[in-house]
Formats: sequence, C-alpha cells, structure tokens
Amino acid sequence: MKIILRDFKKSLLISLWFMFLTFPLVVVRVNTIENVVVWRWSNLIWVAAGSFFLSYLWRYMLARRNRRRKIAEEGVETRGRLQMLLENEQLRNRVLAILLALALVFPLVFDTYQTNIMVTALIFVVLGLGLNIGVGLAGLLDLGYVAFFGLGAYCYAILNHNFDLGFWFVLPIGGMIGCLFGVILGFPILRLRGDYLAIVTLGFGMLFRVIMENWETLSSGPSGIANIDRPGLFGLEMTLAQSTTYIYYIMVALVVLTIIVTNRLKNSRIGRAWIALREDEVACVAMGIDMGRTKLSAYALGAFWAGMVGVIFAAKTTFINPASFTFMESAIILSIVVLGGMGSILGVILGAFILILLPEYLRAFAEYRMLIFGAAMVLMMIFRPQGLISGLRQVYTYKGHKTHVGVKEQPINE
Amino acid sequence: MNESGRKLLEVKGLTMDFGGLRAVDSVSLTVHEGEIAALIGPNGAGKTTFFNCVTGIYVPTKGDILLHPQGEQTRRLNGLKPNQVTEMGLARTFQNIRLFGGMTVLENVMIGRHCRTSSGIFRSILRGSRVREEEQQIVEDSYYWLNKVGLEKYVNEFARNLPYGAQRRLEIARAMATDPLLLLLDEPAAGMNPYETSALEVLIRRISEEEKIAILLIEHDMKLVMKISHPIYVMEYGKKIAQGSPQDVRNNPRVIEAYLGEEVEA
Repeated sequence: MKIILRDFKKSLLISLWFMFLTFPLVVVRVNTIENVVVWRWSNLIWVAAGSFFLSYLWRYMLARRNRRRKIAEEGVETRGRLQMLLENEQLRNRVLAILLALALVFPLVFDTYQTNIMVTALIFVVLGLGLNIGVGLAGLLDLGYVAFFGLGAYCYAILNHNFDLGFWFVLPIGGMIGCLFGVILGFPILRLRGDYLAIVTLGFGMLFRVIMENWETLSSGPSGIANIDRPGLFGLEMTLAQSTTYIYYIMVALVVLTIIVTNRLKNSRIGRAWIALREDEVACVAMGIDMGRTKLSAYALGAFWAGMVGVIFAAKTTFINPASFTFMESAIILSIVVLGGMGSILGVILGAFILILLPEYLRAFAEYRMLIFGAAMVLMMIFRPQGLISGLRQVYTYKGHKTHVGVKEQPINE
Repeated sequence: MNESGRKLLEVKGLTMDFGGLRAVDSVSLTVHEGEIAALIGPNGAGKTTFFNCVTGIYVPTKGDILLHPQGEQTRRLNGLKPNQVTEMGLARTFQNIRLFGGMTVLENVMIGRHCRTSSGIFRSILRGSRVREEEQQIVEDSYYWLNKVGLEKYVNEFARNLPYGAQRRLEIARAMATDPLLLLLDEPAAGMNPYETSALEVLIRRISEEEKIAILLIEHDMKLVMKISHPIYVMEYGKKIAQGSPQDVRNNPRVIEAYLGEEVEA
C-alpha cells in the first residue's frame, strides 16, 4: 500500500513537471493577426492526465517486473498462466485444431484483399520459422536472411521466364538453391561468432541485392522481372480471386509443413545440438558435438525454407525486383523472431502476425508506423527481453524399464 | 587405485606455448585404468592449460597424447578437435561451470548422449520407429545418470536454476553420459561447502568403482585430493615438479615449498 502511495505521489510530481514544461507550447498561443493571447487550458488537463497515467503505468510495470525477478532469483517456479496452458499438450492440440479450421475457412469468409494480406503474413510466418532455426535455436545471428528469400524468388522468375518451368517443379528447386547457398555461405563463417557473424551475413544480404541490380542479363536489373506465372492446378484457368485463394491454401499447407518439420527437428537429437550450441559453444563441442556440421545444418535448413517461400512470393506477386529484398525485410524477419521469442515456434508465428498484420490494419497511422514500431521494440526489450513466448520446456517421459547398456540399476543413498 | 592396471592415457613431454609464454613445459603423465589420478599445483601452474591440450581445445606445441583403449589400437589425440576427443572416450567438466542454462537438466544430460547416437536430419524429420526408439533410449540413459548423481528430482528444471553444488554434479552426469573411458574433472570442488565436498567425494569414488573408469582431476581442495587420488602429479610454473602417492607428495620438500607451505605441518 505504501509503495502504491509513493508511486502515486511521484507520478503526480511528474505530471506537474510535464504541465510546467509543456505550458508555453500547448497552452499559450499568440494569435499574431488579432494580437491576442489564447489560453488553451483544456490542453493542460490532457497533458496532466496523460503524463500521470503513463508514468503510473510505467512504475507499475517496472515494479511488477522487479517482483517477478526477485521471485525468480529465489528459485521459485515462475510460470505465467499462458505458459502453463501451452505446456498442456492436450489443450494445445485442441487450440491448434481450431486455429487450422479457422485458417481453412478464412478465404471463404473474407474478400480477396484480406486473403492477400493473409498470404503475406503467412509468407513471413514461414520466413520467421526458417530464421528461427538459425537465430532462435542455434544462436547464429543472421542479418542477411532475405537474400535466401530473394534467391528462391529469382530462381523461379528466371527459370520460368527462360525455360518455362512450372511452379510446382521449381518449388523444391528453390528450396534446394537456398539450402546450397546456405552451405556455401556457411563454410567461411563457421569460425565467426556474434557481432562478426552479423556483419558477414549483413554483407551477404547486401551483396545479393547489388548483384541482382547489376547483372542485367540474368535478372533484368532494377526494373525486375514481370509476368511470372501464377501456380497452376492441372492447367485450370483461374481468375485473380481464385488464384489468390489457391495461393492462400498453398501457403497454409506450407506453414503447416514448416511447423511440423521445425517442431520435429527442435525436439530431436539435431535440435538439441543446435540449442546446446546456442547456450555454450565450448561446452557443446566438449560434449562431442561436431560444431561445423551442426552450424552448417542450421544454416542450410533455415535457408531452405526461405528459398521455398521465395518461389511462392514470386508466383504470388508475378513481379519481382531487387527492391523487394532489402535490409528492411531482413530486419523485419529478425524482429519477428526476437519479438515472438527466440526458439519458440508459437512465438514466432504470433510475432509474424503482429508485425505484418498490425501495420496493414493501422494504415491510418501510416506516418507514425516506424515510430510505433520503434517504441514497441524498446518497450519489449525492457519488459519482455525474452520475447512474447519463451521458456517452454520439453518434458520427456521416463519409462524406467530399460536401463543403461551393460550397467545394473543401483539405488541411490546419500 | 590399482597400480597394476593397464595404461590408459599416456602424455609424453607435453609443451604448450602461447607466443613467448610457455604455459606447460614438457609434462609427462600416465593414467592407468581404474585409478583416480590428480593434478595439483598453485594458481597459474598450467593445470587447466594441460587439460585443454588433452581435450583438444588447444593444439599442443610439442609432445604426444596417447590413448590406449582396451582391445583397440593406440590413438594419438594431438590435433584432434574436442568433439573427436570426446568420441574417443575422454569426457570433461569445466572449472567455471559450463552448463546449457536454457535447457532442462535432463536435456543437458541428453546432449552427452549425442556422440553415441546417430539420428540425422532426415530421419529426425520423418521420425520413424528407429528414431523414436533411439530417443527413448537417450531419455532412459540420461535418467540413469541423473539418478546416479542424485539429481532426479530436478529433471525438468532449467539447468541455470539449480543450486551450485547440483550444477557441478550435473556437469559430471553430462560428461559421464558420453560413455567415457577417462573422466577429466577440472576443479570439481571449487566453491563447494564442506558438506557438498564430502558428497562429491562419495560420488567420485562411486563412479570410479561402479563404472570402472579412470578419473583425472585437477583440484585445489588438498583434503579431497589426498583422500581419493592415488598418483598425484604436481605442477608449478608449467613444469611437473613431483609425482607419486599422497604420502610421497606430502613429504616432498619441493612440493611443500611450492604449494603446500605450512599447511602440511598443521
């Protein structure tokens, strides 16, 4: 109670201070034409209420965070209600089924415009999940991830234009190309860590765009490649709306596939090796894990999804140019992973929807978009640096009937 | 503590230079099967550097590190990567605990099983019956080790939340999960209270007896070393200055001068 009162007083002081500071700006207005001073007192009230509320909220949140941290330091279990819910497998599966059903009826309920936005969001979900393998699980910061995405897109565009290859044929090729370049890029950066790794990958991202802008014969330069075929369905003629719906379903299928594959990998021997690599490289190697192979596999698999979804992107927009694959995209994908929670599949999906859909529906505030984006990120780093969803643990069941090879089970007594 | 055992690890004239600094100067050391050997010495004597050379974290400037596994060819460990050394059968713990803090206690031990299992990427994605069986076996084996070190009540706790002593034991469990021939412990009792140290002593003895593996430990806690290890090697300024039974080492004037000082008299 005392604390609340103290916070109340402080917030009151802060609001008084703000009233004083903003007084000349928001209250006094000199009308130079009629030579009169207009006193806008109502503005002062708004400033007072707003600053008081914000400061109080800020104090409350900080106090809450500190309390939680204190509890965590004392070693008591701190799991939020959401976290408990997510660790309940039965419930989780039910929620997933409902979400999938909603996803399937979405284009039937909403119009083409909404479906199109949703396709974009789903593309970023897959990109986020792909980057999550490298950044979230294996801890390899990658600032040039969009290059793999672009590789896939250009792969389809070029093969489609020059050799008339179809979407379904190129889809796996796009993934493979991404994978291949992931390995090629992976080799020189195996020894790098942290900041250095970030710089090299950033360079690779830039390099891709520069090459595509200048290699006119291959990529038609900055003007890009247009009239790329949409995905076909046994040669059926489709209207634009039908085609969008079709791509939407392809994306839903790809998202489901990505979730299944990354989830399985995460909970496998390989996935554990990735996480161990992220946690402590030296210890990881000392435990018999081949660092080179583990890093390369994380890179290649991450790049695979980007390449594949790049093909779909090219087929969806039917036009690509280097401007679609800038550092901004890399940054957004990275933000998706960080915002959602490093290594958490559900978190990344949530992050992708928030970061892609919110700006779409907040077009009214388009001018302030980057401002809100930046502020949200700063707040995130203060209050939830670990991301929206994190700290879920995998629980393994112990059957207890098989024992260690060649050794007798012994009771413990100490 | 059987002296007649076969040679397991043989280090000959190991030298490690960092630029102009000779951190380890032609140190030779032998660990026989089933024994608990110890490497002691004052701070900065080069013990941990020696360990890092043996486990492949550093490549030694000179000398040989030979492993003689039973019924197999002798292997030279120089220049192998740390993970290859671990695969050969040398597992280690770290002086400053290096656990995977964001993983659960069980998962930490499961990582130890990595080099003894084989599921690859594609098989993990398909998750066939063989992969599932292997996974289950990894879980069972890891539980076995957690039981052994007495951490079974923490299985699903994050490793970083464990109390200090438990973290040390978890490191041992993780190292043991790699099925080593030789366990290298880098100051396992550092920072432990007397109660935890005596529990550790029991644990080291039990592992040595029940698993029939050799142990080489670096330690500062003289009481612990004198109690459990038989051959003791003493290093100072990178050089080996003494070796032998606890009794010999305790009475060796050079050791007293270098390290033990008055403590032995007391």
